[in-house]
Amino acid sequence: MDQQIVNAIFIGSIYALFAVGYTLVFGVLDILNLAHSAVFMLGAAVTYTLVVSYGQSFWVACVGGILVSALMGLVIEHVCLRPLRRRQAPPISALISTIGLALVILAAVEQGKAGSFFAWLWKDGANAVAFPPSTIPNPTWHVGDLTLEASKVAIIPIAIALMLLLGYVIRYTQVGRGLRAVAENPRAARLMGVDVDRIISLTLVISSALGGLAGILFGVALGGISPYMGRDQVEVRGLAIIVLGGMGSVAGAVVGGYLLALIELLALISLGSSARGGVAFAALFLVLILRPQGLFGTRLRERI
Amino acid sequence: MDFFISLFSDPVGFYASHTLLIGQIGINGIVATSMFLVLYSGQLSLAAPGFMAIGAYVSVLMGLHWHTPGALNMLVAALLAGVVGFLVGLPVLRLRGVFLAIATIGFIEALRLGVILNLPITGEGLGLSNPKADPLGGVNFILPSFIVIVFVIWRLTKGRLGNAWAAIRQDELAALSQGIHVARYKMIAFVISALMAGYAGALEAHLTFNVDPGEGNFGVTRAVQILTFAVLGGSGFVLGPVVGALIITLLPYIFDAAGPYINIVSGIFLIAVIIFRPQGIVGRGGLAIIRPSWWPRRARVSAPTPG
Repeated sequence: MDQQIVNAIFIGSIYALFAVGYTLVFGVLDILNLAHSAVFMLGAAVTYTLVVSYGQSFWVACVGGILVSALMGLVIEHVCLRPLRRRQAPPISALISTIGLALVILAAVEQGKAGSFFAWLWKDGANAVAFPPSTIPNPTWHVGDLTLEASKVAIIPIAIALMLLLGYVIRYTQVGRGLRAVAENPRAARLMGVDVDRIISLTLVISSALGGLAGILFGVALGGISPYMGRDQVEVRGLAIIVLGGMGSVAGAVVGGYLLALIELLALISLGSSARGGVAFAALFLVLILRPQGLFGTRLRERI
Repeated sequence: MDFFISLFSDPVGFYASHTLLIGQIGINGIVATSMFLVLYSGQLSLAAPGFMAIGAYVSVLMGLHWHTPGALNMLVAALLAGVVGFLVGLPVLRLRGVFLAIATIGFIEALRLGVILNLPITGEGLGLSNPKADPLGGVNFILPSFIVIVFVIWRLTKGRLGNAWAAIRQDELAALSQGIHVARYKMIAFVISALMAGYAGALEAHLTFNVDPGEGNFGVTRAVQILTFAVLGGSGFVLGPVVGALIITLLPYIFDAAGPYINIVSGIFLIAVIIFRPQGIVGRGGLAIIRPSWWPRRARVSAPTPG
């Protein structure tokens, strides 16, 4: 039981990191970036490949994975979002273009196996893999009847530190002010001299880097790195989290991440593993009906 | 490429050898029309796979346990999906835009993961075997239904009902102030769309010997695919989503040469279509010309473009 609570906190931290990136883009652009879960997967996949195929140390590989994810944020902006923004297309079309990119990323990794065109990117095809134990520094402590592995424990301070840093940047720096201005009203922000395109690019870079990092942490702590890890593990949960916390609210996404992990844990304990997913979604459904602005949101946006 | 050559050189043989594919196109066309209807009335609902699941399971279970004729099963299944649509719509239709989308995702996944995968009668995760399926004969049922449904929905959008939906889509507040009963008309669209999705689900269940509760069938993946039909095809006219469904169902054949890289090519195709035609394939206006920002701009006196 205690062990399960500790595990729920690890998972909650990963959910929160993932959802913060999701909600950041929604807050600034009012667009659901459905490629975010593909970036989550790509971060983990690139790190794994750097460690296993290219023999890099884990830390170098981590940096590589995060860099690739951040770069993917630029790709999302320049390929999927900016052309549509120029055309003043309805936000729903951005949903489709990001789905298209997610499909491309997933298919590229899925096809990565020996002898294929993408063997440099990934070598295990559709299989789920985990980092070889020797490649990750992973001391383990036993406190009472709890087992604490460094790879899992480290997630919590990393996630919290990053989210505090993000909160600081958004609140107190020039960039953060620009970001909030664009979220409030892009045209007014432009008139005030904010470089809207640059702020949006930056938002996507930050969001994708956080998403990729969440993927890496997930892979380190739980294994199960596969082309489908983003789609199966976090895509819809991420939506649930940002709704729980209030769309576009970064603090809400953090709380929502931990809350969802807790709800899933309670469902697991009281109803068994098979009902776990259903209960989480039923909770999501209820929250939306009873309190559509989310548990912590204050205002409702009506676009898309 | 052989695929398209045979379509023209030997249509009868083509029909005989691709019956299942044609059936699937018909089913996807019906679901796309169901998606069209909710989008046309300004609701971003992704609930269709949930209603399809209800239609599929109810019709197959009735056939298995009560041995009722297939047509009756489908009718009852579709009606039941409509009733569930009404009950779900009561609380959900107060939500708008992306909130509605996420609430309906919550509905379909709660139904799939919470109910279908946990009830012994549905066969749980293994799926429900359906010995009465008729993969090849089904198409005789599907195509006429598809044509009738598209025609009826097209007529509906041209009448008073359609005008009310269009008004609600463009501006809910303005529609309300014109005396349009917004909640009622939204509910009508939602329930009709649920009926159609339930019917499509029942039809689809009769094409396969095993009703599979996988994500690609009744989960988010399917919901996103159905949304893609509608947005890619263009949701302003009833044939838009149908064209979208046709193209997306045929993508593996269109890009036959891509082999295992089919999904990469499909993804790029999706991005390209939506960027060059954000209004959808069927819709007003020509191709959008995308000019990179570094491309030299001709000197012209015009108002700076906002946004």
